[in-house]
Amino acid sequence: MSGDILLISLAGVLTAAAPVIFAVIGETISERAGIINLSMNGTILLAAMGSFTVALATKSLILGFLAGALIGGFVAAIVAFASVTLRQSQVAVGFVLAVLCRDLSYFLGNPVMGEAGPRLSSSPIPLAASIPILGPLLFRQDVMTYLSILLIPLAWVFVFRTRPGLVLRGIGEKPSAAYVRGANIGRLRYRYAVIGGAIAGLAGPIYSLSVKAGWKGTISGLDGIGWIVLAVTIFGGWNPVRAAFGAYLFSLLQWLGLVLQPAMPGVPAQVLQVAPFPLMILTLLLVNVGNAEWVERSLARLPEPTRRWLSKLLRAMNATPPAALGTPFEDGE
Amino acid sequence: MRDSRGMRAFFQVGGIVFALALTTVVLVASKAPPFAAYLNIALGAFGSWEVFSNVLVSWVPLLLATSGLLLTFTVGLWNIGIEGQITFGAIFATWAMRSLQGGGTDPAFVIMLSILAGALGGILWAMLAGALKTFGGVNEIFGGLGLNFVATAVNLWLIFGPWKRPGIASMSGTVPFDKALWLPTLTAQSRLSPSSIAIAVAGIVLVYVLISGTHFGLRLKAVGRNPRAAYLLGIPTWQYMMTSFAICGAFAGLAGAIQVTAVYHRLIPSISSGYGYLGMMVAMLVNYRAALAAPVALFFAALNVGSIQLPIVLKLDSSLAGVLQGTLVLFVLLAQGAREFFARKGGKR
Amino acid sequence: MLIELRNISKTFDTVQANSGISLVVPPASIQGILGENGAGKSTLMKIFSGFTLPDSGDILLDGERAVIHSPADAIRHGIGMLHQDPLDFPPMRLLDDFLLGREGGLFPDRRGAARAFRELAERFGFVLDPEAWVDSLTVGERQQLEIMRLLWIGSHVLILDEPTTGISLPQKEKLFATLKSLASDGMTILFVSHKLEDVEFLCDSVAILRQGRLVGTAKPPYLTKDLVGMMFGREIAFPERKKSPPGASVLSVNGVSLEGARIRIRGVNIQVRAGEVIGLAGMEGSGQSIFLGACAGLTRPVSGAFCLDERDMTGRSHHDFKREGVAYLPAARLERGLVPGLSLSEHFVLSEKKKGFFIDRRRAKKLSQDRIAAYNIKGEPDSPIESLSGGNQQRMLLALLRDPLSLVLVEHPTRGLDIESTVYIWGKLKERCAGGTSIVFISSDLDEILQYSDRVLVFFAGRVSPPIKAEELSVESLGLLIGGKGWEDFERGEADA
Repeated sequence: MSGDILLISLAGVLTAAAPVIFAVIGETISERAGIINLSMNGTILLAAMGSFTVALATKSLILGFLAGALIGGFVAAIVAFASVTLRQSQVAVGFVLAVLCRDLSYFLGNPVMGEAGPRLSSSPIPLAASIPILGPLLFRQDVMTYLSILLIPLAWVFVFRTRPGLVLRGIGEKPSAAYVRGANIGRLRYRYAVIGGAIAGLAGPIYSLSVKAGWKGTISGLDGIGWIVLAVTIFGGWNPVRAAFGAYLFSLLQWLGLVLQPAMPGVPAQVLQVAPFPLMILTLLLVNVGNAEWVERSLARLPEPTRRWLSKLLRAMNATPPAALGTPFEDGE
Repeated sequence: MRDSRGMRAFFQVGGIVFALALTTVVLVASKAPPFAAYLNIALGAFGSWEVFSNVLVSWVPLLLATSGLLLTFTVGLWNIGIEGQITFGAIFATWAMRSLQGGGTDPAFVIMLSILAGALGGILWAMLAGALKTFGGVNEIFGGLGLNFVATAVNLWLIFGPWKRPGIASMSGTVPFDKALWLPTLTAQSRLSPSSIAIAVAGIVLVYVLISGTHFGLRLKAVGRNPRAAYLLGIPTWQYMMTSFAICGAFAGLAGAIQVTAVYHRLIPSISSGYGYLGMMVAMLVNYRAALAAPVALFFAALNVGSIQLPIVLKLDSSLAGVLQGTLVLFVLLAQGAREFFARKGGKR
Repeated sequence: MLIELRNISKTFDTVQANSGISLVVPPASIQGILGENGAGKSTLMKIFSGFTLPDSGDILLDGERAVIHSPADAIRHGIGMLHQDPLDFPPMRLLDDFLLGREGGLFPDRRGAARAFRELAERFGFVLDPEAWVDSLTVGERQQLEIMRLLWIGSHVLILDEPTTGISLPQKEKLFATLKSLASDGMTILFVSHKLEDVEFLCDSVAILRQGRLVGTAKPPYLTKDLVGMMFGREIAFPERKKSPPGASVLSVNGVSLEGARIRIRGVNIQVRAGEVIGLAGMEGSGQSIFLGACAGLTRPVSGAFCLDERDMTGRSHHDFKREGVAYLPAARLERGLVPGLSLSEHFVLSEKKKGFFIDRRRAKKLSQDRIAAYNIKGEPDSPIESLSGGNQQRMLLALLRDPLSLVLVEHPTRGLDIESTVYIWGKLKERCAGGTSIVFISSDLDEILQYSDRVLVFFAGRVSPPIKAEELSVESLGLLIGGKGWEDFERGEADA
């Protein structure tokens, strides 16, 4: 394989990871506030279909993207309403929405299926695009890919360095402590669920208006992405940078699957396409196993140096979810 | 009494009415005649014995999945990995078929063995999710999801690799089994086999009896509702969780095995057909009570089968069935929340 | 700031937590709020800090009516509360925790905050590193952090809820020095405690609460006897206690040490004999709950051994203890003892040994009716467990006990119950004692401890007294021990021995 093709392929990996990054960071923000938005799979499909329809009708890409964000925010608002106001199981409502929104997108998308719609073109950055190696890799992308790369540090800075981000972490970690410091837990949970949902919703138009442009119904190849997003969020340990790393890893593995295909004629393409998933489980096991009680007990029996080394390793990989994730908060009275 | 039976029924009916209204709005919005669409679904499901027998064909795996899930929900677990368990049931059943066919064994015995092998496959895959949860600290939802994808991958690999059709591998699945090894159907054309109906009915009856009449079911309920108190009452909690996973896996495996032996007579790529997720929706809609599972599952199966004709007759996508099912479950859940919300408000005053 | 609370009342379900409490606290003073568990101290402070809304009553600050509907309102009025369980964020750095909740722009001024942090730490002599993690701190250090934070956001009133529980002696001395210096700078401090010694040492004035009412106030010099009298009151007369003959050892606790989230207990020794009743006295969180749980196999001891009937049970599970005839009745009846959503009859079935595969409904109903009658429970076999009142839930827990039992462990057997239920519950427990079952129970009601125990273990901040014969104790002497006074005798005794 020549260098140029490799570069273009890696650039393709960056493009393909863009929607996953938006979705994962959106979900991370929502879960940081304590709300699991399990509807992700349906949200992305519905946003993809909706934004494609809007862009097709209005011939405006911007309106298309806006529609994707609105749909994502709206679905998240239902999850927030059910969990914050009605105190119902987030998981149940999120799961139903995941299925419902998927079917809704297939149903409503039927008329526009297969139509040729507008597509986001790449916008090379002058000068920078001609830098060797970095140019083709980074600077000949489309706007949303640039934004996805920008979003990673932005989200990280927001969560870990700003004042609202501090409160966001607080309400997911220990709402009672945030409450006595003057935070309105219910309102903030609504806010971040909707913002997170809107960011995640952008993943839809990035697919339907760029990465996999168009709407092809059940064969759009988008069904399943949302579930991956939820797994990558855990893999990312609720940290935008680690989550983005997970998204890139996932895209890279999928691309490797395609590349390795000719080398392994015995293995069907579809299998290599799903190769990242077993790895996901393995990583989930690794990031979670440190939380299991028996691990702690068996660690305690090991000799001191081994124990120290092992527990350090587990701790480094371990991802502890926000302590109040998925639990309702009831203020004093 | 604010939380009376009447109040409950009022909110439940309200939820259903809302769901129907919203689906109608969706239909109107997509410029489709709502009444014609509903009528078409009804005719597509109940218009003739032929279509209704198809409803029953899809009722069997759905009811089996729902039955298993009722047990895991009872013990407080979200066995979202059921799709993979169905797939593994199908894989194990196919494996048994392939190894036994042509060996001169009595066909009835081969079919029975392969159905049992299917149950075993489901159990193994479910225990894996259970072990990940119990010993690895991996939430059963995410462990289950991941295992679903792995099951799909294994399935595809088998179809396109070791078990591919001679000559060319394709999405149409493996080579069909000998006709003698098909689960006997009602008529030659029909895909409806009485024995599979018998299995499904026996399954839901078993689950109903287990949950409502046995020590085992009562203990599952106790663990699901208050694991700490259940432990103090002397119930070994994690063993009960694992057992319920295993039984649910057996049901899912049976569903997969029946899809293979009775419906498709081979292994196909999307063998689980989404019955696992649909089963979760049925379980949620009946509020995790076994008594209503059979009729509601039949209704959902009817929606699925009835909407198959929609694209041809009305140029509508058949996913309308899923939309109707989803809105129903969503609004019944929300109505339940609203009832509790108003009860809380009322209690405060 | 001058604080006036006027006629504050608050009812939870059926319990009158505060009834018509009025209190005036002058500026630049330390006001003690004294009372036993459940006296209404915490409710009053939660109302004042906006965590809970009162049913009626007013709060006046510097003579003006203040509307405090949420903690945010309280913060605006300069009221800061240090909660008993530190309400901070364990997985954050100290500086982040310090910053969280302070108003400001998008980006917090971290450098300024770090400077303020260091200045405040220096002012009070706290040794805290702003870049360390909160979960690496001791409870005392977390308090210090929270006090600094409350001062930094501009609190003029500081409420401290049981601040000396779970902190070391030097930390306590440092805390008191800090509070005195803050008061002399004009801060109004409300100091909520059950520890006589602390209140006497620190407070300019003390208000005593009992059963939701303000029963009296005191100024220095304090007479300990009066404070104890007001705190515990004495309404129930002592009936004659029957002395039970000591039987064989049922449970022996040998040099057991335990570690909980906030407390460590060292070297507990006791032999519990058949038919004996042991009372565990002490304020909540002094270690008695962990100890009771360990006797049931729910917590593993760090060192030492538990033996049942001479059989070593150390490290065995609760279910092994259960098989040896140990029963554990938790204080949180509905949360830990019973299963909401299941009926009374289903509970009876669960508690019995499994017989066959199917539930014998007729037998279950018969059993339920018998037990319901025997334990005088107001409920039907088919009514859901959560519909029972607290007293009936406790009767239910007793009715669920299997026979025969060698040891019953009870957390707060009669908390929240009316007199009738209390007498009834103890009647049932005593019946079991007569049959040779031993009982170990926790109570914060001194009269209950003295009335029903043969011997008493007193817990104070993780220290455990040797077993004391109940007849050697009085309400006063027990109250003193619980409040942390008079422990020198034991230590001298230990030194002698």
